[in-house]
Amino acid sequence: MKDTFSASDNYQRTKESIGYVSRKEATQKDYDRIGFMSGLEVHQQLFTKHKLFCKCPAGIYQKPDEYDAEVIRHMRPTLSELGEYDGTALMEFKTRKEIIYHLSNNTACTYDIDDTPPFPINREALEIAIRISLLSKLNIVGEVHITRKQYLDGSIPTGFQRTGIIGVEGEIQIKHKKIRLIQLSLEEDSCREVSDVGHTRVYRTDRLGMPLIETVTYPDCINPEEVRETCDYIRFLNRSTGLVRTGIGAGRQDVNVSCRGGSRVEIKGVAHTKWIPELTHNEAFRQWALLKIRDKLLNKIKDHKNWKIGSVELNNKIFKVQNGLLKEALLNNYTVVAVNLPGFKSILSYFTQPGKMFANEIEERLKVIACLEKPFMFHSEQFDPADCAYDEVHALLKSKPEDAQIVFWGPEDDIKTALETIEERCLMAFEGVPNETRKSFEDGTTIFERVLPGADRMYPDTDSPPIPLTNELIDKLSKNLPSDIIDRYHQLKKWNIPEDTYTYIFSRDHFQLIEKIILTLKIDPVYVGTFIGHTLKFVEGHYTAAEAFNYKIIFAMFRYLQQQNIELELARYMMPVLYEHPKMDFDSVLDSLNFKKIKENDIITLIPHLKKKFCEINQRDTNENEGNWIMGELRKKAIGNIALNKLAKHITK
Amino acid sequence: MDQDIFQGYKGDALAVLKKYNVRVWGQSEIETARGPFKGTILPRSENDDDQHIVLKIETGYNVGIDVTTILSMEETGYKKANYKIPEKQFPFTPGLPKVKLFGTGGTIASRLDYRTGAVIPAFSPGELYGAVPELADICNLDTEKVFAVFSENMGPKQYIALAKAIGKEIENGIDGIVIGHGTDTLHHSGAALTFMVQNSPVPIILVGSQRSSDRPSSDAALNLMHAMHAAGHSDIAEVMVCMFGPTSDEYGLLHKGTRVRKMHSSYRSTFRTIGDTPIARVSRKEIIPIKKDYKPRRKDRNVKIMPYFSDKVTMLYYYPGMKPDTIDMLVDAGYKGIIIVGTGLGHVNKELYPAIERAHAKGVHMYMTLQTIWGYVHMFVYDTGRDMMAKGIIPAGNMLPEVAWVKLSWAIGQTDDPEEVKKIMLTPVNDEITEREPYNGYLVYQGGVPAVEEFVRRVHK
Repeated sequence: MKDTFSASDNYQRTKESIGYVSRKEATQKDYDRIGFMSGLEVHQQLFTKHKLFCKCPAGIYQKPDEYDAEVIRHMRPTLSELGEYDGTALMEFKTRKEIIYHLSNNTACTYDIDDTPPFPINREALEIAIRISLLSKLNIVGEVHITRKQYLDGSIPTGFQRTGIIGVEGEIQIKHKKIRLIQLSLEEDSCREVSDVGHTRVYRTDRLGMPLIETVTYPDCINPEEVRETCDYIRFLNRSTGLVRTGIGAGRQDVNVSCRGGSRVEIKGVAHTKWIPELTHNEAFRQWALLKIRDKLLNKIKDHKNWKIGSVELNNKIFKVQNGLLKEALLNNYTVVAVNLPGFKSILSYFTQPGKMFANEIEERLKVIACLEKPFMFHSEQFDPADCAYDEVHALLKSKPEDAQIVFWGPEDDIKTALETIEERCLMAFEGVPNETRKSFEDGTTIFERVLPGADRMYPDTDSPPIPLTNELIDKLSKNLPSDIIDRYHQLKKWNIPEDTYTYIFSRDHFQLIEKIILTLKIDPVYVGTFIGHTLKFVEGHYTAAEAFNYKIIFAMFRYLQQQNIELELARYMMPVLYEHPKMDFDSVLDSLNFKKIKENDIITLIPHLKKKFCEINQRDTNENEGNWIMGELRKKAIGNIALNKLAKHITK
Repeated sequence: MDQDIFQGYKGDALAVLKKYNVRVWGQSEIETARGPFKGTILPRSENDDDQHIVLKIETGYNVGIDVTTILSMEETGYKKANYKIPEKQFPFTPGLPKVKLFGTGGTIASRLDYRTGAVIPAFSPGELYGAVPELADICNLDTEKVFAVFSENMGPKQYIALAKAIGKEIENGIDGIVIGHGTDTLHHSGAALTFMVQNSPVPIILVGSQRSSDRPSSDAALNLMHAMHAAGHSDIAEVMVCMFGPTSDEYGLLHKGTRVRKMHSSYRSTFRTIGDTPIARVSRKEIIPIKKDYKPRRKDRNVKIMPYFSDKVTMLYYYPGMKPDTIDMLVDAGYKGIIIVGTGLGHVNKELYPAIERAHAKGVHMYMTLQTIWGYVHMFVYDTGRDMMAKGIIPAGNMLPEVAWVKLSWAIGQTDDPEEVKKIMLTPVNDEITEREPYNGYLVYQGGVPAVEEFVRRVHK
């Protein structure tokens, strides 16, 4: 069976045929061509003392090996309120995972591990969530109903997340358009995963139960940059209240993406907004590729309703095993199985994402659903073909030339699920794009995580009574809301503050500080904006803040400089000192900088003397060098005493 | 008719639904002062207020709409939910034991009840197989719903009905019996069945769940598997309670119906054998006996059903300063038996003595049990104890208070003769009074002790 087929050529060819372009080259035309559509689910931890449904402290984290006890659970799918099983639930049940929770007495109680019913909801969290809902222009519900949202991956020991809708149907205004919001919910955060190997998954319960809000948008974004902008906007809006947590993991988002004819796919837990454009770009094209694969398959295979894989166990078949991995698998007593995929030649190596092909789609599901540990498979369209006696395999499987093959291995108990998984994924290829959640990587690619859950995983929480939200409460919370981010954006523009400072200003919620300095102290807005957006940002990146440091000190510093009649240029030298020693009084800060107060005139009178001196050393030099030299000599004395540009004028006079 | 269309709604909320002609399960668009809402109207729990309407919105969440904010409503469609566990015929496998499951209610099989907003009991064999298909690998199952009541509503009538039903099944040749039961009074029923169903040739297992079966982390399925396994395959032909050993999904424990007690309001591992060890450990694969002297399974069908129960027995939980009229009132009300739950080794204050004497004179049977839960009544140590015995109070050894109440009810259901009653009370049917208390019969570890902390860290909770 001589074969001239080249997998890498096929990969390249298919990449071109679907019209894949890199994000750098892509224009709106490309996104319109594939019908790019995306929306967000932005999660934000709230800053509260306690968890949402118990009195455990919030925000205290344990190290991976720090725990006081272990509890084991298995999750079973249950019916939704409307009497349906959820697809994700059934998938998770198939995986037969044993879930181990590491409990620390400091951060988890019997509620967390589902041995005590919930306590009344944390009012502090509820009120923050209402305030943010009002800011997001959502319709506030009359009564919050706590709902159980099933999560069978074990990330919550009850098997469901207690969550309640605070508001529905809102909107935010980004630079050039409005993005509609579906809803905002208040919910408990989940466990943090420690490990997931084979059939055992380990979680830490410290983050579990912390109050979290989720803002969900409609899929109104039509290109990757818009998704990023929307995400930033929602995060900045949340932060503008000053009532949310910041730092690693305090804000995370799930990004929903589809292309025209594709399906909603959710990219889970994207930690940085800057990753969003590449991820959404690649996902939309992955779906585009899967649609092309569907067309090709439907064209090639007429009777796809009866399409079936063929398989044969290789353990007892006589063939010379050359491959090291296969030898090891046999040594481990694994079952080795060869699978025939009729008509799938040139499909396995079909382009899906940069560096990935259709075979990866199968491989990723095998890892998650059948719990096989990598490496566990070869296939007939690897760029670097594995030596596993394909000729013999073909004969055993009775393969035809248009077929593709997979050889995989694993514990005997997992083989049945694995074969079902392979067949299921291939059958889905005839349909197009499976609804799934995917895990993101920094390089912009994603892998299969779970089947996408639907509305069928909701169930009313019979342990919690409904919580009425009265008009009085909403009126009370409507007062003193911060201004809209979009209004703040326009104000910064009006002040001529350079745009490269905005992300920093909003992400650290510094707008009000800037506004106060400008309006109260009447300092030049451009100077204030760049001081915060450049100087403060630099200091934060290069120094370590003392625990007592508070941004309010920046206002106090400028007021002090004004009162002392000291030039503001000194502020950038004071900033690092204050950042590290916020308790130092301003006079001492100046002493530490060796600042001495000198009258402007006393500095200016030194110029003629220095000019003379310069001439003596460098008789034939230019005026420019003369100026620079004198500036250098006077700089230390001048900073804080005379504006440097004013001094420069005196020098060149 | 109103009830069907407006399930659970009353007062203002009902008036609004009627005004706009919108039904429960109607898909509706609602204009409110807080903005528009869209979704399906759900039934409302009867105990909730009449100021809100419950709506399931498209994303699957439920929200309440304040009726005072409603400007208009319109029904645009109708879709009633059909909550049904997929029902499948329970398959018959030759060679597997025949097990009968009696349903009495409780959370082992339950579903949502819109009337109360809580879960209600409901099940059929097919539903059970649909939800826990693993059961088919354990036994051939037949089920019967004897009645559907909450655990707290179990009482004499139910004990008797259950005992008779069990007797019939045993005569018909069943290999084991499982009783699905709410957990609150599981141990009362355990004791009652021990006394009413004597000399059983097969295991009789009571099982429940601490987390309703509508939760993914429910203990119901595993408890049921453990119970079926014990009923069908174990050699222990006693009345037992089968519930989680640890709170982890690992193994269950089989407790004697007369020595078991619910010890935590919500833990999965709430049932503990008191003053002894459990009889056995049970997993899905094996049964590991802990005690060797159990009553073994037999081939014969010589079960003895003794369905007696008097509802004229009460319990009196003593507290310091208790007044004699508390006893007088019970006697005046016609109670024939009183289980006193006394302090320490079994004491009450002297002020009660005259009332105790009056009760004794009227032929009231009085037995002393302990608030300490663990340990023996010992009324010889102090004079007061001897005084009380002289006045007619009989120490009940280390019988648990609830078990003593069940047993006295059962005894008085048979006879009024004080000597007969005393003989029945103090002759153990199955270890309700034990002759000795082993050292591992009293274990309540306390966190913070280094050795205990080490143990807790190593052993799955």
